Amino acid sequence: MTISGWAEIAFILALVVATAPPLAAYMARAFAGDRTFLSPVLAPVERGFFAAAGVDPAKGQDWRRYLLAMLVFNATGFVLLYAILRLQHLLPLNPAGLPALTDHLAFNTAVSFVTNTNWQSYGGETTMSLFSQMAGLTVQNFVSAATGIALALAVVRAFASKGTADLGNFWADLTRTVLYVFLPACLVMALAFVALGVPQTLQASASAATLEGAQQTLSLGPVASQLAIKQLGTNGGGFFNVNSAHPFENPNAWTNLISIWAILALAFALPLVFGRMVGDKRQGWALFAAMGVILLAGVAGAYWAESGGNPIVQGLGVAAGPGNMEGKEVRFGVDMSALWAAATAGTSNGSVNAMHASFTPLGGLVPMFLIQLGEVAPGGVGSGLYGMIVFAVLAVFVAGLMVGRTPEYLGKKIGAKEIKMAMLAVLILPVAILGFGALSAVLEPGKAGVLNAGPHGLSEILYAFTSAGGNNGSAFAGLTANSPWYNTTLGIAMLLGRFAYVVPVMALAGSIAVRVKTPPSAGTFPTTGPLFVGLLIGVILILGGLQFFPALALGPLVEHLLMQAGVTF
Amino acid sequence: MIAKSATTGSAFDASLLIRALRDAVVKLNPAKLVRNPVIFVTEVVATVVTFIAIRDGLSGEAFAFNAQLAVWLWFTVLFATFAEAVAEGRGRAQADALRKLRSDVTAKVMPLADNRTLFSRKPAEDLEMGDIVLVEAGDIIPADGEVIEGVASVNESAVTGESAPVIRESGGDRSAVTGGTLVLSDWIVVKVTAKPGDTFLDRMIALVEGAKRQKTPNEIALDVLLAGMTLIFLIAVVTLVGLASWGGQPPSVPVLIALFVTLIPTTIGGLLSAIGIAGMDRLVRFNVIATSGRAVEAAGDVDTLLLDKTGTITFGNRMADAFVPVPGVSEAALAQAALLSSLADETPEGRSIVDLATGRYGLARPAADPAAVFVPFTAQTRMSGVDLGGRTIRKGAVDSVLKDVGGAAPAEFPAAVERIARTGGTPLAVSENGRLLGVIHLKDVVKPGIKERFAALRAMGIRTVMVTGDNRVTAAAIAAEAGVDDFIAEATPQDKLDYIRKAQEGGRLVAMCGDGTNDAPALAQADVGVALQTGTQAARDAANMVDLDSNPTKLIEVVEIGKQMLITRGALTTFSIANDVAKYFAILPALFVASHPQLGSLNVMRLSTPESAILSAVIFNALVIVVLIPLALKGVRYRADGAAAILGRNLAIYGLGGLIAPFVGIKLIDLIVSTLGWA
Repeated sequence: MTISGWAEIAFILALVVATAPPLAAYMARAFAGDRTFLSPVLAPVERGFFAAAGVDPAKGQDWRRYLLAMLVFNATGFVLLYAILRLQHLLPLNPAGLPALTDHLAFNTAVSFVTNTNWQSYGGETTMSLFSQMAGLTVQNFVSAATGIALALAVVRAFASKGTADLGNFWADLTRTVLYVFLPACLVMALAFVALGVPQTLQASASAATLEGAQQTLSLGPVASQLAIKQLGTNGGGFFNVNSAHPFENPNAWTNLISIWAILALAFALPLVFGRMVGDKRQGWALFAAMGVILLAGVAGAYWAESGGNPIVQGLGVAAGPGNMEGKEVRFGVDMSALWAAATAGTSNGSVNAMHASFTPLGGLVPMFLIQLGEVAPGGVGSGLYGMIVFAVLAVFVAGLMVGRTPEYLGKKIGAKEIKMAMLAVLILPVAILGFGALSAVLEPGKAGVLNAGPHGLSEILYAFTSAGGNNGSAFAGLTANSPWYNTTLGIAMLLGRFAYVVPVMALAGSIAVRVKTPPSAGTFPTTGPLFVGLLIGVILILGGLQFFPALALGPLVEHLLMQAGVTF
Repeated sequence: MIAKSATTGSAFDASLLIRALRDAVVKLNPAKLVRNPVIFVTEVVATVVTFIAIRDGLSGEAFAFNAQLAVWLWFTVLFATFAEAVAEGRGRAQADALRKLRSDVTAKVMPLADNRTLFSRKPAEDLEMGDIVLVEAGDIIPADGEVIEGVASVNESAVTGESAPVIRESGGDRSAVTGGTLVLSDWIVVKVTAKPGDTFLDRMIALVEGAKRQKTPNEIALDVLLAGMTLIFLIAVVTLVGLASWGGQPPSVPVLIALFVTLIPTTIGGLLSAIGIAGMDRLVRFNVIATSGRAVEAAGDVDTLLLDKTGTITFGNRMADAFVPVPGVSEAALAQAALLSSLADETPEGRSIVDLATGRYGLARPAADPAAVFVPFTAQTRMSGVDLGGRTIRKGAVDSVLKDVGGAAPAEFPAAVERIARTGGTPLAVSENGRLLGVIHLKDVVKPGIKERFAALRAMGIRTVMVTGDNRVTAAAIAAEAGVDDFIAEATPQDKLDYIRKAQEGGRLVAMCGDGTNDAPALAQADVGVALQTGTQAARDAANMVDLDSNPTKLIEVVEIGKQMLITRGALTTFSIANDVAKYFAILPALFVASHPQLGSLNVMRLSTPESAILSAVIFNALVIVVLIPLALKGVRYRADGAAAILGRNLAIYGLGGLIAPFVGIKLIDLIVSTLGWA
């Protein structure tokens, strides 16, 4: 670890902290349908959409209607995307003449993009036509991210509600999120990326003569536009197979800086939106702080582990420097690779600028554990916030009794119904990660896809299901996931991670919404301040993390200890 | 009347424990235990390990380790059922104590209704319906009944909170007397109207003993959390079989079960119902009986207290505050006369007159004069006084004294009387030898320390609301003096009900205390309604708690007991969950010692052998339940304080403590286990 490395990390994180409040102020206004500086341009468009769809944005929905609207919308999106991928060879904008996707790959990919996971069992430039990229994947990049934010808004409204069942209107939330947040931000950012050297073209490839005189074909495409929404929407699905390690997808330190900022910016602004919506900004900052502390610990852990490097390689005397540079880009170095790894894991983004499988065992454990905690540090756009609220509910419930009152969060009593729903949600990740992970470790089709023997192989399996269940989408590499077994099970894990999680969370919101709001007093359990932040982090670690401890011990931890002993796989 | 401390005996005497041990074994019945998911699951896996140990033993394999595991798993279950049995046993002991105390009141039963000189003594609890009892000055009325002869002044402050004695006489609508009230003067003959065994107290005792306890809403929610955690760890342990088979041999079933049981929240699962029972029990100790655990829980949540002014905020007894002489009489002369007339008056009012005269007016307390003839207060005269060397001094109700002096009074007198009445005070006229001297101003005096008490309640986030029949001006003056947050003046029962409804619509939880039939709707509406034991049946039915002492101040303690119970539950939950971290460090390295010896570096406690590590964690897990039983029953220490301060303190003790304690405990047990050579 170096001072300059830490300074770079601190600079980017400071940028995220600095931009969060103004972003939150803007988003809170936009989500509420209030006037913003973009309203003169966008309001007519918005009205046009509502008129065309016959939606009255002021007409509220209770949790069932809201959830149903969301499910119908996403089911339609899935069918549409699946059809595009299966019919790719018949559709336009396929200059490379790529064939249709297999059924299990199309299923996996469609699920992956609808759930905001962007797990890629395929290599982008060799599998997807431009039409599939733009009309299929990029559309889902926008709407799956907007779905996450819409759901978070509904959950937040439940806590702000004065006892009515109204959680807002899904169609209005979806439209406003895309229109007021993602479109303008992506437009600006895509232009910035183009200016910094990221390609944006409908040309499939360019040919170049290498220094040795050989001809090389360079894949191209509308990279900049997809890059913007990939990061802002915590999607993470790369245009190219190696994602943001690719020199066209992330050419230099500036694009790298903007990318990391974009990964974190909205996810960290949303808890502040929450604070504004419940009428107490400190509540938002408390969740912000809990997210920040966990992420910071992750960054520090990954940076420390990667800086230490691999003692075996160091011992050979061939290492370029003190850190572990295997699988990393020289233009980013250890510090920016570690920050990216933690950021992309913490946000359920899943884009990578270095290969996590080549991280040291403990360095690779960090992103895995950040995802397993439930993608709440700060989590995907929207999904991170409602995930964090679930943990806040549990934290308040476990420790809230200690102030001598039955637990309440933001004036809403937490009863058996709420706890049942919160626990159902928390159960999803262990089922998806440990359940499928264990099956894959035992069953032949699971074992077949694993590249490495020993604990590293187990890490590969665990990471894949962790990434899918957490809707993260980053890959550990080493696992041949494009097989019927993995495409299907990972697809199911992604569906569980998104929809099986959100149904109980929305039921929780529905139950919370109709509860009477108790005004705060000196006897109220304080949900702001360092004490609560510490408690919340503790509950996340114990209720969200402890169940993965044995699995992590068998994977990365054993591998680390073996590495210390000089054993490799 | 029931004495304040219901029991003094130790909660842990031997007979109680033996009985509890027997009950604990009975409670192992799975059909009963299924109500407690965590402990039920523990029982199931204990059975599995037992079978494995027996099977190994029969087939000649090594079984000692598994057998020990099985034994400790059974102990875990047994300790949990024992905790509940002990708590229930204490409740039973409470009921016995109450029953005993109730019989302490002795009735004078008259075999002949018209012969007061002939009576026999009999414990109040043995009274039959229709028994005729004599109650004389100083006696407690032994049962609910009807006056059939005589007239007496009765202090019903225990029932009404109103200190002024009321007249009870035969015939008319003032003939009903309530058990537990005190006859101050004269005598009455009462016919008992309550059936034996069907008194209010009897039914309450049955409630405490019956133990047909329903889970409270918060307990149900906590059960869901614990069941959810159990499920999560079940998934973690079951999938471990698959994951561990990747690099080698998965651990044996008993060892996995050991990991599972130490991870699931057995501590709080085992103590949860004991905490709830103990909470109700603490109330009983305080002579308050809750009709449900839900009420105790609600008491902790209460953030608005409706308190009756008289008896709670002010002394039910009014105190002398000033002497107001009529023109031509000096203040000192009036004070002197008032002092003389009150020397033998042992009522609080009388004593307060003496205090005022000797205190603020600086009069010397005269020596007792054997020639003085004191005239006691009677219901008929409504005056008391003294005849002393030709001086005839009388003091009493204004109209009685006026009648006594022939109605002659200067114009200033009624003006002074009216002024006193208007500010909520009570005027007491004084005359000497048939001449009106003036009036004593008896005033409601705010109890000392009550203001600080309310400040403490405010710091806890609880608003206090004073309810009084006084007019607004008086109410405001007393409210300001007492430091309450709000008051309802000229309160009717409907006003109380409206106030409660409005507060509840604003999300507040309200507690109140009441006795009258017209209080019943408000008692029912309140989240915590405490009826005075001597109140009407309607009030008792509407309330969810009954105060056997009929002391309205207790509402504050009831809230504190509710809070203490919730804090205890929260503290042990936090402790239980925090314990998991250390157990991982104990068991995980031992679990994979064969396939991954490197994980031994996680053995930060340096436990001697893998078997000893696993056994020690299981033993700790079982013993911690027993160790915490006293805390569960007694409740954690509670101090009136703001939520932030309480949380900080309890998180440090039970959160951090819960993280650290098992490291120490498991290490110690490991030392013992390895020394004894168990594993």
